[in-house]
Amino acid sequence: MTIQPDKIISFSPTHRLQWEEAQQKNVILYPEGMVELNTSSAEILKLCDGTRTLDQLINELEQKFATTGLSNDINAFLEVALHNGWIRQN
Amino acid sequence: MAGFDKTNNTPPRWLLAELTYACPLQCPYCSNPLDYAKYPSELSTEDWMRVLTQARKMGAVQLGFSGGEPLTRKDLTELVRHARQLGYYSNLITSGYGLTEEKIVQLKEAGLDHIQVSIQASTQELNDHIAGTASYVHKKEVAHLVKKHGYPMVLCVVIHRENIHQMQDILEMAEELGADYLELANTQYYGWAHANRDLLLPTREQFEEAERIAQAYKEKVAGKMKIYYVVPDYYEDRPKACMNGWGTTFLTIAPDGVALPCHSARELPGLDCPNVKDLSIEEIWHDSKAFNFFRGQEWMKEPCRSCDEKHKDFGGCRCQAYLLTGDMYNTDPVCSKSPNHQVIDAAIASAAAVALAPNEKPLLFRNSKNSREFM
Ligand code: SF4
Ligand code: SF4
Repeated sequence: MTIQPDKIISFSPTHRLQWEEAQQKNVILYPEGMVELNTSSAEILKLCDGTRTLDQLINELEQKFATTGLSNDINAFLEVALHNGWIRQN
Repeated sequence: MAGFDKTNNTPPRWLLAELTYACPLQCPYCSNPLDYAKYPSELSTEDWMRVLTQARKMGAVQLGFSGGEPLTRKDLTELVRHARQLGYYSNLITSGYGLTEEKIVQLKEAGLDHIQVSIQASTQELNDHIAGTASYVHKKEVAHLVKKHGYPMVLCVVIHRENIHQMQDILEMAEELGADYLELANTQYYGWAHANRDLLLPTREQFEEAERIAQAYKEKVAGKMKIYYVVPDYYEDRPKACMNGWGTTFLTIAPDGVALPCHSARELPGLDCPNVKDLSIEEIWHDSKAFNFFRGQEWMKEPCRSCDEKHKDFGGCRCQAYLLTGDMYNTDPVCSKSPNHQVIDAAIASAAAVALAPNEKPLLFRNSKNSREFM
């Protein structure tokens, strides 16, 4: 599955992303499961809120972390996220 | 048991709240204790509120409202709302019986995350026979409504000899109903299922055929419907890693408030399982005899004790060891290294003989009348 550049990315309505105080981690919750996220994955997913396309999302993260060249990593992670059903495009 | 350092304990992550043993259905594979009629008392709303708060504080995040049939509790919506405020990801595990659209909407507003509906078979006749109650038509209706109101829809079908031949139809039914997740749970032989084992255990050929069909379908619906396939451990060489390790992850609270390291544990002798009416979840988790009983590896006997796989499966299931060998410290007899492994072969042979017998004995249905026979 690939990310389509012209479509906005939103977080799946049937999953939940939340901060877990006890674990000091962001997690994704879904039926019968839980995935623990590292900080960068969580930062990316938080921007998948139905307002940005791939390019907009990359720009925003590069600005936030005052860096460039993140696009391959972000794209690769979002493909995994799409495959796992954490995010959707339509 | 002895000398366990509580700072090594991982906190509970999954909380199973068995709200009640009351249930309008009578599934002959029900995992409730055979003598459940002995425990008619139920925790109050305040007790449950406190349990949810305390367990959440320790780190529990996945929450299942189960039973019996949790819908029979009048305070369900209130508990769901409290759970949502605490940040749980909550699941209603229901037969669907008595679930109305109004209730589905009300629970959604209260913050319920998903609903797991069980269906007994792909045909009305068999479903209603196994459930012991006419419920098929309504269950399908409920599945549609769950979907309509935006919940992830989890369909659960318990598999056994009476319905295993329907595997293909069950998969098609789940897809047609728009299930996001399908749990194909091969019967685990505890409680009522153990009492009915001769009538429920499929043959190895049946099981292999069904698994082949399910695996093929898994590929077909990849990305659309997720299939969780729970293996029947009688046909495995190694036991399941029961509860991910005793007292590491799972916490079950029975309807009367008894806290259990696994939902069958109240049948084990001498554990003195604590009650949430007397102790906090924190005390129960860290300090109670029951939760420390099989923590770690100190308790193990041979062949587990010197086995290099003990980190993987923790010696298997304590309840199964007790049920099938009479000694809860034994290696789970499912393991091919167990000196008692022949009890599994004997169980399989016995079930096969019963399947071929001209007059099948009737199933023992899960209801209060039958339960009182075990008190
Ligand atoms: S397995 Fe069947 S009888 Fe047992 S609680 Fe669930 S619906 Fe009720
Ligand atoms: S002997 Fe015990 S630890 Fe080893 S594989 Fe069998 S059950 Fe697991």
